[in-house]
Amino acid sequence: MRHFKNLVRPYLVWSFLIIVIPLFLIFMYAVTTNGNSLINIQFTLDNFKKFIEPVYITVFMKSIKLGAITVAICLILGYALAFIISKFKEKTQDILILFVTVPMWINMLLRTYAWMSLLSDNGVVNSLLGFLGIDPIKMMYTDFSVIVGLVCNFLPFMIIPIHTSLAKMDKSLIEASYDLGANPVQTFFKVIFKLSLPGVVNGVIMVFLLSISTFVIPKLLGGGQFVLIGNLIENQFISVGDWNFGSAVSLILAIIILVLISVMKKLDIDGMQKGA
Amino acid sequence: MNKLIELKNITKTFDDSQVLKGINLDINENEFLTLLGPSGCGKTTTLRIIAGFEEQDKGELLFNGIEISKVPPYKREFNTVFQKYALFPHLNVFDNVAFGLTIKKTDKNVIKQKVERMLKLVGLEGFGQRDVTLLSGGQQQRVAIARALVNEPKVLLLDEPLGALDAKLRKEMQAELKKIQIEVGITFIYVTHDQEEALSMSDTVVVMNNGEIQQIGTPTDIYNEPENRFVAEFIGESNIIDAIMLKDCLVQFDGFDFECVDKGFKENEEVEVVIRPEDIDIVKKGNAKLEGVVKSIVFKGVHYEILVETSERTYMIHTTDYFETGLEVGLSFGPEDIHVMYKD
Repeated sequence: MRHFKNLVRPYLVWSFLIIVIPLFLIFMYAVTTNGNSLINIQFTLDNFKKFIEPVYITVFMKSIKLGAITVAICLILGYALAFIISKFKEKTQDILILFVTVPMWINMLLRTYAWMSLLSDNGVVNSLLGFLGIDPIKMMYTDFSVIVGLVCNFLPFMIIPIHTSLAKMDKSLIEASYDLGANPVQTFFKVIFKLSLPGVVNGVIMVFLLSISTFVIPKLLGGGQFVLIGNLIENQFISVGDWNFGSAVSLILAIIILVLISVMKKLDIDGMQKGA
Repeated sequence: MNKLIELKNITKTFDDSQVLKGINLDINENEFLTLLGPSGCGKTTTLRIIAGFEEQDKGELLFNGIEISKVPPYKREFNTVFQKYALFPHLNVFDNVAFGLTIKKTDKNVIKQKVERMLKLVGLEGFGQRDVTLLSGGQQQRVAIARALVNEPKVLLLDEPLGALDAKLRKEMQAELKKIQIEVGITFIYVTHDQEEALSMSDTVVVMNNGEIQQIGTPTDIYNEPENRFVAEFIGESNIIDAIMLKDCLVQFDGFDFECVDKGFKENEEVEVVIRPEDIDIVKKGNAKLEGVVKSIVFKGVHYEILVETSERTYMIHTTDYFETGLEVGLSFGPEDIHVMYKD
């Protein structure tokens, strides 16, 4: 077995090249003043201080808010769908899960453009409403359109981990719950939901991560003035050219996500142990 | 004794295969009843129908004389000990046992009292705060029994509960289960494929095969008076011999007439005779009707298993005495050792 160890070396080199070095560069950009000069590096924390300015804090809070709403909607819809799917025969379940992933085969940009044509002022939805004699509603470039985009793009990331934990659940535990006098509703809350928590936690983390870091969906469905943290980072690199500030924001986001994941994982483990 | 549960002509089909072909069974109060049979005989399905996890296609299921087939499992006054225990991994020992009482919104102090008393009964005092997934198989089994019994069910259903335990622990748990059953004084319906387990614990054994009941009786009846070849072969080792019932108390096989104690067969009816290996004595050649040669001798711990070849067949004998292979011997047995069965 020993000589197989050497097989890991190309991977180490590769991950060093594409993960460690870029991360180090981001870190270096974040803690230095502007310029790409390697000779006179000047360390500073100004890039991080800049983030505390109200205008950026607002962007940050808005991202968190939209992320939380998206997670909440995905959780309710995703759990319901995963639960219904898990009731079918195994073969049917495989097909249904395949259907869940079908939208992911199509480029996210295309799907988002489709939503633009559906939701725009003279789009499909408003035309239908027009037939029913209802005045057109402004849907594009609002929180609503962005949340619709986020939910539709990221729902599969909620359904799949929840379905996995529901499908692998020991059915005799559910029977045991009935046997001990719990009706279907009590069984759901006291047994099924609690045992599916690992899937829920994974789904929540994934959807939240994707929602607060995306920049395509808010840009297209929210319009130019709709800025989320992902757009902020994108702008710093592409249009403003302040790579140092962009790197600092990326780092802040990464740290927040890291903290969030560890808190969720901790909650999950405690939940499994104490049944809380 | 009062009839507690009645199964009337119960049938069940899964995916075109009929697993129960008309089960009729009365279960009494305070009875330890065992459904015994090989895997796939329908014993677990019968138990699951009683528990309410399956519904029969046809037939009636009565509890205290009332039809309960449509009553969901959570409204039945039965509790189940599952094959693989089915303990809730997200709850500790105490909360697992307390589950049923919590659902019924029992007062917290009462729950505490009852759970602790039950943990004591199953020998797990002080284990309340332990993580169930870290317990040994035997301990998990005890938690499962406590979790079921704490609800004071009218009937406890046990689905091969000792199947996952090692031989020594099984023996201990068998004795303990019997003790618990006497102590709490309720009906136990026990499913197993292990004949020894069935014989040592039960008041009544129900032998099943291919979705049909083969015989219902006390352990001694089932062992000593098997009704057919299947029961005789399934319950312990046996010599099964084709024979002719000449008249009451006289049976002919292997070319000799033997006295026996069975009556009620037709004259010259073809029957089968069961002789248990431990009922045959090996005697000196010339002292018995049947004669043969010792073909093999195997040490089994408590006894030797000896095969003796006669001119007609090979007999299996269990004895504590040693005999050389190749020795010519006689085989002797008394009239009460011959059990006559109807031929299938």
